[in-house]
Amino acid sequence: MKVLIPSPLRSYTADRTWVEASGSTLAEVIADLERQFPGIRFRMIDEQERMRRHVRFFVDGEQTFDLARPMAPAEELCIVQALSGG
Amino acid sequence: MAQQKRAVATGTTKGSSQPATRSRAGRARPRAVLLVATRKGAWLLHGDASRRRWQLDGPHFLGHVIHHLVLDPRDGRTLLAAAKTGHLGPTVFRSTDFGRTWKEAARPPAFARRDDGSGRSVDHTFWLTPAHASQPDVWYAGTSPQGLFRSDDGGVTWAPFSTINDDPQYLKWFGTVQDGTPDGPKLHSIIVDPRDPRHLYFGMSGGGVHESVDGGATFRTLIDGLDVVEGFPRDDPTVHDPHCIRMCPSNPNRLYQQNHCGIYRLDRPATRWERIGLKMPRKVGDIGFNMVVHPRNADVAWVLPMDGQTVWPRTSPEGKPAVYGTRNAGRTWQRLDQGLPLQQAWWTVKRQAMCADAGDPVGLYFGTTSGEIWASRDEGGQWKCVARGLPEIYAVEAGSLR
Repeated sequence: MKVLIPSPLRSYTADRTWVEASGSTLAEVIADLERQFPGIRFRMIDEQERMRRHVRFFVDGEQTFDLARPMAPAEELCIVQALSGG
Repeated sequence: MAQQKRAVATGTTKGSSQPATRSRAGRARPRAVLLVATRKGAWLLHGDASRRRWQLDGPHFLGHVIHHLVLDPRDGRTLLAAAKTGHLGPTVFRSTDFGRTWKEAARPPAFARRDDGSGRSVDHTFWLTPAHASQPDVWYAGTSPQGLFRSDDGGVTWAPFSTINDDPQYLKWFGTVQDGTPDGPKLHSIIVDPRDPRHLYFGMSGGGVHESVDGGATFRTLIDGLDVVEGFPRDDPTVHDPHCIRMCPSNPNRLYQQNHCGIYRLDRPATRWERIGLKMPRKVGDIGFNMVVHPRNADVAWVLPMDGQTVWPRTSPEGKPAVYGTRNAGRTWQRLDQGLPLQQAWWTVKRQAMCADAGDPVGLYFGTTSGEIWASRDEGGQWKCVARGLPEIYAVEAGSLR
């Protein structure tokens, strides 16, 4: 599926905005991103498997907070930086 | 993992790829450098041999929150940076070419996973300490919330160190986020005894001072004699707030401490801290964040007091900043403010943002919350502003590039 990478994470993707990743759940898609771009996962998901406060995940325009959410290849994942103040 | 090229140079920036100058004999001579960590990135400030002229190199990691930037004194070239951003989780970057390129740690400091939902998460790495000279690739890190970590491979992979991170007693002493500093509770001042790599100290805000003599297998508290905020129980480490602890390189039995409640000295093997700050002028008080010790004379130390009265403004007292120095282990203090602003300078200097170099006379340096760097070439006798306009400064470390 297509994944939108937000600007703070593009140092991991060689400045690519859209990348391809696969997996049957959101967790698996993020694991595939980590395989391709080592280090990217911990910047988004902490050591207790919680999404970081200012990183948000939208699947086909709908926000999800569930790493177990099933994913289909036709869906689009947008990783978004939430407002974090000055 | 992410690799970062050095950021685009500014007009006054000089490249840092050739840190060592060559003397007439052809030998490379170490060159002074200040490592400046700020809320919006890091800078290197390169000094000439006289320490009169300084040139800014940076920004590195523009926009990243850098809590500590440390040069490895064991090789004179490896830099570690504790970084996070407003959006992303915490990490550590490493450079072996004086900051020209940076590589991210493969496994940054992170607490152990707990499936019952009670596990903690590192918000940021706050403090970096190179380990003993006999352990060339070992580093220690202190985090917010309080955690102790170690790397055995020069900062590439990090693992929880000691048992304190998950110890029930320590979990109680860590307190809650509300017990810590406004920016989160911190583990800091990790100190390695130069005589014995197994002898360690650290401080926690809050959580008190702790010591290990068995390489971190066990720690014991070291809070006897330290004052706490009125009304708190003195024997509970949770309410103790050491701001900065330093060991004297010339006499590792001697520790100085700037605490939330005063300035202290401890001469081991004694275990009771003595409040030497009571000899400070009453109008100035003995509250502050910084503690700096002389590299060769254990009777000499410096602090930079702040206003800790009434509602705790945490500014310079009366808007008139001054360093205070003692040359007799705290029996008397001298005001050192020549060259500093005479009035209306309300900045603060955070606990990692004041340091000494190894020169003779010793150079002193501090960075302010308002983004200025002040330097003295003569142990505080005369001060000069050597950089301004930087973001809020979190840490300043002096080093020698080889």
